[in-house]
Formats: sequence, C-alpha cells, structure tokens
Amino acid sequence: MWYFNSPQIVFGEGALNALDDIQGSRALVVTDAVLVRLGIVDKVKSHLDTAGLEVRVFDTVEQDPSVETVYRGAEMARAFQPDWIIGLGGGSPMDAAKAIWVLYERPDLEPAEINPFIQLGLRKKARLITVPTTSGTGAEVTWAIVLSDIEGRKKMSLGNRENVADMAIVDPELAVSMPSRLTADTGLDALTHAVEGYSCSWHNDLTNGLCVQAVQLVFEYLPRVMADGADQEARERMHNAATIAGLGFGNSLASMAHSMGHALGAIFHIPHGSAVGLFLPYTIEFIAPEAPERFAALARASRCSQAEGKEGAFSLATAIRELAAQIGSPTSIAQLGISRQDYQAQLDELVDKAFNDASILTAGRSPSFDELAQLFLYAYDGKVVDF
Amino acid sequence: MAIKFPSDEWIKELSSRLNASEAYEKSAKNWEGDFMFVSEPDALYPETVYLFLGLYHGKSPEAMLVSSLEEKPAGYVIRAPFGTWRKVVEGKIDPIQGMMTRQLKLSGNMMMVMRYPKAAKEIMNCVSTIETDFGD
Repeated sequence: MWYFNSPQIVFGEGALNALDDIQGSRALVVTDAVLVRLGIVDKVKSHLDTAGLEVRVFDTVEQDPSVETVYRGAEMARAFQPDWIIGLGGGSPMDAAKAIWVLYERPDLEPAEINPFIQLGLRKKARLITVPTTSGTGAEVTWAIVLSDIEGRKKMSLGNRENVADMAIVDPELAVSMPSRLTADTGLDALTHAVEGYSCSWHNDLTNGLCVQAVQLVFEYLPRVMADGADQEARERMHNAATIAGLGFGNSLASMAHSMGHALGAIFHIPHGSAVGLFLPYTIEFIAPEAPERFAALARASRCSQAEGKEGAFSLATAIRELAAQIGSPTSIAQLGISRQDYQAQLDELVDKAFNDASILTAGRSPSFDELAQLFLYAYDGKVVDF
Repeated sequence: MAIKFPSDEWIKELSSRLNASEAYEKSAKNWEGDFMFVSEPDALYPETVYLFLGLYHGKSPEAMLVSSLEEKPAGYVIRAPFGTWRKVVEGKIDPIQGMMTRQLKLSGNMMMVMRYPKAAKEIMNCVSTIETDFGD
C-alpha cells in the first residue's frame, strides 16, 4: 500500500484570484525580502484583503532556511494566531512555511522531530496555502521540508504526509520576474525531480505518467524560456512542469542526485537546483549498468533516443548534459568554481552526508563508500561514468 | 539450509551477517541503539515473538529471541503482524515505506533513525541474503 497526496491545485493565469474566496480571519504570509521588494507580497495581500483577512508577513526567510528562522516564524504565528499560513516564494519560503505551521500546531515538537512515521494532528489551528514564485521546487505540492542545520553544516530532510498544503496556487504571472540564472537552476531541479521520481525504486503507477509529462515539458520549454524570458507560453508550461514533477517525485521519492546535491549544497552553498541537476547525469550513468530500463524509457519518451538498455540510459544522461550546457548551467563541479583542493578536503564529508540523506535509499544501484567517492570525483572533472 | 523465521537462530544469523558487513559497519559507525522486532499474531502465525538485535557502533554485539519486551529492553521497537514481517524479509515491502504507512509501527527516537538511512538499507541487504523458512 501507498498514498498519493496532493493539495487542491489552482493553476494558470489568474490563479492567484483564488485567494479572494478563502474563508477565515487571519493569514500569516511566510516569504522573503526579495518578494516584498518586487511587490509580489503586496499583490498577495491585496487578494487577502479582498477576502477580508487580517494579514501579517514574516519576510525573513533566507535561502536554505535555518531551524532558527523557523522558530522565529512559529513564534510570530503563536502571537498572531492565524487560521491560514501562506508559503509564498521558492522552495525556501514554502518549506519554512510548512515547518512554521507544524511548530505552531505542535509547539511540543522541534523541527528535527518532523518525520514521516508519526501522526502530527495538523489543521486544528490553521491550514496551509502554497504559492510558488519559481518554477522548479515542487514544494507547493510535496510534504518534504528541507531545513539547514548551520552548526552541523547539513541539510535536514524532514516532513510528514500531513505537511501537504490544502491549496497550491500555481500562477505563471508570479514566475515572470525570475532572473535567467534562477530560471535555469529551478528548471533543472524540476527535471531532476521528474527523472528521479520515475526511476527511483519507489516509483508507482500513480506517479509514472506525471514524471514523464514533466520531463517532456522541461526538455521542450526550458530552452525556450531561457532564450526568451518573456515567452509567456514557455513560462506557464515550465511553471506547470515544476508542479507536475513535484506531484510525481513527492509521491514516490527523489534519489541519488538529491542525496549528492544536498551534500554539496550543505558544504559549498550551491543552489539546490544547480547542484542536483549537475549530479543527475552522473547518477544515471552510475545506475545504468544495473537498472537502465527506466532511464531508457524516459529517453524514448522525451525523444532523446530510441535505444534500449544501457545505451538508452546513457543517451538520457547526454541529453541532460546538453540541455544544461545549452542553458549555461555547469556540467561539472570544477565549473562551479570550487577548487580541487577544497573539494578533495571535503570528500569524506560529502560522502558521509550523501549516505545519510534518505534519498539515497531509492537508487536503483546501491553505491559503496568508495564508489560514491569516485562518483563525486568524476562529477568534479566532468567525466562520463565508466565504473 | 533455510532458517526458520521467527526464531533465535534467524536473528543470530542476521547479527552474524551484520558483523561481517563492511558496508554496515561504515554506515552505522556512530549508531547506538538496540532493536526489538515484535512479530504479532495473525492468521499465518498465532504467537507473539520478540527478536532482540543489539546494535552498537557498526557492530551487532548480541542477538536473541526473548519472551517479552521487559526481558531485554531496547531503544527501538518495531511491531508488525507475522505476515507483514514475512513480506519485509521477502523484499515485498520496503521497510521504510512500511513504517511510513504504519504497516510497521516504530517506537523510539525517530530523529536518530532518520539520520541513518544507509545503515537501514544495509540491514535489509543482510536480511535479503538469509535463506528463510516461513513454515509453509
């Protein structure tokens, strides 16, 4: 048995108008300072005003939000007593909103205790709306929460099925102001979600089609939106692709590229999408000798190749590297500007962190410690995996 | 020769295989916490069985069938009916998914469990290598 969790999803141009009709008295908007500056928070507030809600804004969520930030947000929630919490932004504000919501409802818990094995009993005080302003994270529809433990220099993968939002508002107009680099990083994040959701050992009939659709959309529309950021159709299709990929991997799981990407991000502070997207082709090539077929199927579905088996899987990895290069994203760690010396010095910690990330559980080929270290080194040099 | 499950012999065999596993030793090098696997009665197996597995810093110092939780207190207790354990041992239920869907009920410090996914996987890898007799 398994579950498929999803919020009600309002999508397409004008979706933000759905906020006009929500019932309640107080809303806490969890967001970041950039979105305040861009006027997007005011836009959301005006819809909440229309709905007759009193609004407070917690706008100090940083990239890779820390446990401390979440505690501060929960404190504001306890003082304000909202009946809606609105996560507005990219993955960081939405993840922070989920965690703040849990701590508001369950002050007896600490963030590290938010795990999938317990019943949280949420929705006694508030409900959650997620509003993505980037096209990649999928956090608007997933129950996962990633927080940073700054002292321990690690990312904490947390979450519980109850964390899934009640409503996700996927309005492409909110993504229009994304800068080019963010568009590329988040687009690769969506692609990684879709490929790993489809290929991981927890894949299932309810998520397979979603992942395939998302892969097709990313291959078609990410180059278009990178070539012309004002291409409205491409923006909208990428915004949808991210949510579809979120539903796909959120109801199966991510895999090895995420465990390696989380490790790299925690130590070298590389943006999430860039990190996981960079590792994706290497992990495909590593897994392919033992479990190539699902990658080959994705290669066929996205018209990268008609080949089967390992050849098909490698063609998918090649297509992903070509896409990354086309949109100006790094295809090796060296291209990120990390020195070989610094990287080598952290290699043991990278391996250790990747092995302690739950996403590694679902890889089609289970690496040994030596193999994972070697994979990190191949990714540094940009070498096609041959072991 | 297949080893009967659940039994003292079976849990000792798992302990022995963990002690021989370099991958488990590395992945659980800082782990501290014993497990009790409780097989609850169902239509396939009518008795409650308690299997204690000691785990400490990448090794399994002891393992045994006991008569109750109190006989050998463990930090972590996982309960499931016999039929569910059988599916776990046969690889038909992923134990992490089993715990997430509450088919397997885990009690103990879950924050710690979340930090050792690779060790959990290595335990299951060892389980999968044991030729098991379910009494069919």
